[in-house]
Amino acid sequence: MTDVAAPVEQPPRGVLQRAVDRIDTTNAIVLPLLAFVSALVIGTFVIALSDIDKLKDGDIGGILTTIKDAYLALPKGAFDGWRPLNETIVATTPLLLAGLAVAITFKAGLFNIGGTGQMLMGGMGAVWIGFTMNGPGIVQVPLGILAGMVCGMLWGIVPGLLKARAGVHEVISTIMMNFMAASLVLYTLKTDAFVREGRSDPISKLVTPEGRLPRLFGFLDRPELRAHIGFLIAIAAAIFFWWLLERTTIGFEIRAQGANSSAARYAGMKPGLLIVTSFVIAGGFAGLAGASEVLGTQGRATQGFAGSIGFDAIAVALLGRSSPTGTALAALLFGALQAGGQKMQVDTGVPVDLVLILRALIILFIAAPLLMKAIWRIKAEGAAAGPSFGGWGS
Amino acid sequence: MNQPATLTDAYLGLAGSVTRTPDQVKRSRNLGIAYFVLAVVTLVVFARGDGGTSTFGLGGDSTFGVPSIPLAWICAVSFAALGGVQISRGTGRWQSALIAAAALLFVFTLMAWAAAGKQFSLTGTLHDALKASTPLVFGALGGIMCERSGIINIAIEGLLLAGAFTSAVVGSVVNIWVGIGAAMVVSALLALMLAWLTIRFHVDQVIVGFAINFFVLGLTSFIDSRVLTRNPEYNGTGTISQWKVPGLHRLPIVGPILFEQTFYVYVALGLVAFIAWALFKTKWGLQTRAVGEHPTAAGTLGIDVLRRRYINVTLAGAISGFGGSWWTADVGRFNENITNGRGFIALAVVLVGRHHPVGALMAALVFGFADALALKFSFLNTGIPSEFLELAPFLVTLVVVASVGRGARVPAALGQPYEEQ
Repeated sequence: MTDVAAPVEQPPRGVLQRAVDRIDTTNAIVLPLLAFVSALVIGTFVIALSDIDKLKDGDIGGILTTIKDAYLALPKGAFDGWRPLNETIVATTPLLLAGLAVAITFKAGLFNIGGTGQMLMGGMGAVWIGFTMNGPGIVQVPLGILAGMVCGMLWGIVPGLLKARAGVHEVISTIMMNFMAASLVLYTLKTDAFVREGRSDPISKLVTPEGRLPRLFGFLDRPELRAHIGFLIAIAAAIFFWWLLERTTIGFEIRAQGANSSAARYAGMKPGLLIVTSFVIAGGFAGLAGASEVLGTQGRATQGFAGSIGFDAIAVALLGRSSPTGTALAALLFGALQAGGQKMQVDTGVPVDLVLILRALIILFIAAPLLMKAIWRIKAEGAAAGPSFGGWGS
Repeated sequence: MNQPATLTDAYLGLAGSVTRTPDQVKRSRNLGIAYFVLAVVTLVVFARGDGGTSTFGLGGDSTFGVPSIPLAWICAVSFAALGGVQISRGTGRWQSALIAAAALLFVFTLMAWAAAGKQFSLTGTLHDALKASTPLVFGALGGIMCERSGIINIAIEGLLLAGAFTSAVVGSVVNIWVGIGAAMVVSALLALMLAWLTIRFHVDQVIVGFAINFFVLGLTSFIDSRVLTRNPEYNGTGTISQWKVPGLHRLPIVGPILFEQTFYVYVALGLVAFIAWALFKTKWGLQTRAVGEHPTAAGTLGIDVLRRRYINVTLAGAISGFGGSWWTADVGRFNENITNGRGFIALAVVLVGRHHPVGALMAALVFGFADALALKFSFLNTGIPSEFLELAPFLVTLVVVASVGRGARVPAALGQPYEEQ
């Protein structure tokens, strides 16, 4: 008879909660769809207005054909057949892993711009194991992946420590760490230990065949299908991410820290420790992304093997609202756009950079439910505010 | 002298050293250890080898020589002494000044070591440093204008890139001066979009900023590869040459550094002074800072918070656009992603400079100087890989920020949407 009053209030609240949930689900499907369509509409104008030769001739029909072909090439290049599927998987893998690296820090109320640096360091660790060891694969591959993860963590811990111990803002420190990582990689690739024999440009030795990540479609006997088990690692990482946040104490504390750091502190959690932990986990994810790039997709390290993935990952995490499923779907969408964009460029001559534009617009529209509602004149309740993480903090 | 030093004594000037909080003691100790590490590095690296006299050029024919090894010893001993003082009793209000002096001494020793037995144009390096820091200054000023009024500006990179692109294309079709004007207009419109989306639609400011960066990068790369590569007549403006300030450029030392630059440098320095004055001495500045710190209070006092934010963000865009046109004036054309992350360094410059124009100028000069030094050292065959020199400014910034203060103090209302009452 100790808990008399509490259960009485429950049923009405539950109903209300379910209703709110349903509205949120509608928004989770309708709004991204509308955002995607809006981005495609603006993309149409970009394609049309930049086709100056046809514009000069007044060849409107030709422009329309180009637009149709370009947009048809996107899904075709992403999903139509083994090869497009393979390319989509190849592009999705690092985006998902690096996206998780950003998402975990968003959850903790932090902003990890340092994905690029953490990826670079992870990749360097992985490639070193990859070309120094010579088999057996069952040992070398896990070791290479582990090396990538650990190197990424070591690089990732620095901004965490700087933030926790000295109050250095993580945006400053991760930007600095990115530039430092790029310089270090360039230097390391020129040292005798790394540089390929007979090459003067910064390119590493080849990863031994035993050290390469096994290919996903190896059973098809088509060497051009280069998708590798990095994709499975990425999915496992997303599941781990979910488990960590939803099922462990540390995950709960990270979320509490992100939601309200003062409350977390008063509840006896240690903000400093949580900051460092989030950054270590982030570094681990990004390091895995680097390892999967060098051991799987490329088989070697170059100066720019991380490309702009570290930054694209921010877009992935934003679009996925830092949830594991959302991040995975966002990575898949961007990976598919990337793969389709390549085909679009080959088939129609519309540059693959269009994908970047679409990506930016999708993020923008997703983040602006009010704008979407104003443009499409819909009345979605509960869509008043987009995702937010409060800015700089201090 | 063994009386306990109380705060009152300190206030009255009676105590030799101010009572320090445990945090200050710890911080001071860390800084002291950093000094000792630098002293050891100096001895191990710079005080060995053949040495010789380094000849520093001061513009024209005037030079002066410095023996590199004795200088390294002086440097190491000073650092060790400084470290001892820093650990035992702290350096109080001289701390920042001493750090700056120590940094200058260290860099000078480094240059003397690199140039031992050779010629080294000091004025030339400083000239290039000032030049390289110019676009950072414009980007950072844009950031300060935005963030002082409470809007986070992560879009500096995008605004700079948009400015570079517009000035190159419009500059090729009409002429470069119209191009610069167009760059300011386009970046101002982009910034206005940032303000409009964040203020009117409450979109998260960081997300809009990033989206603008991606959008500008995508759009300029798209047009570059679809239009500009096939129609080179739209991409080629010619550069803007240096303008020697009459009379002043004949001044010794200062002349070749400061007064033989393009007009961008003069505008940048003038703008730093003007915005510093305007922010802290005018009604506009007071209103801007109020809007950034406590918009509700500002609104209660009758300031139109949203209007102030719209105007300031748009102005910030125009400044960044002007900064973006620096690349066109320097290179004479647009290349894909020509800004290459400089906007993000400008973002760091804003925070390191603590949202103050002069602080930002100083921080930008550090990065510019490191750029210039790395370039110079690559000609001197110093044995230091150029990658380490490129890395140095970032490392130094991290160490300084970590040891001096608890990060950057940001305007209190930064990032928060404001509802009109």
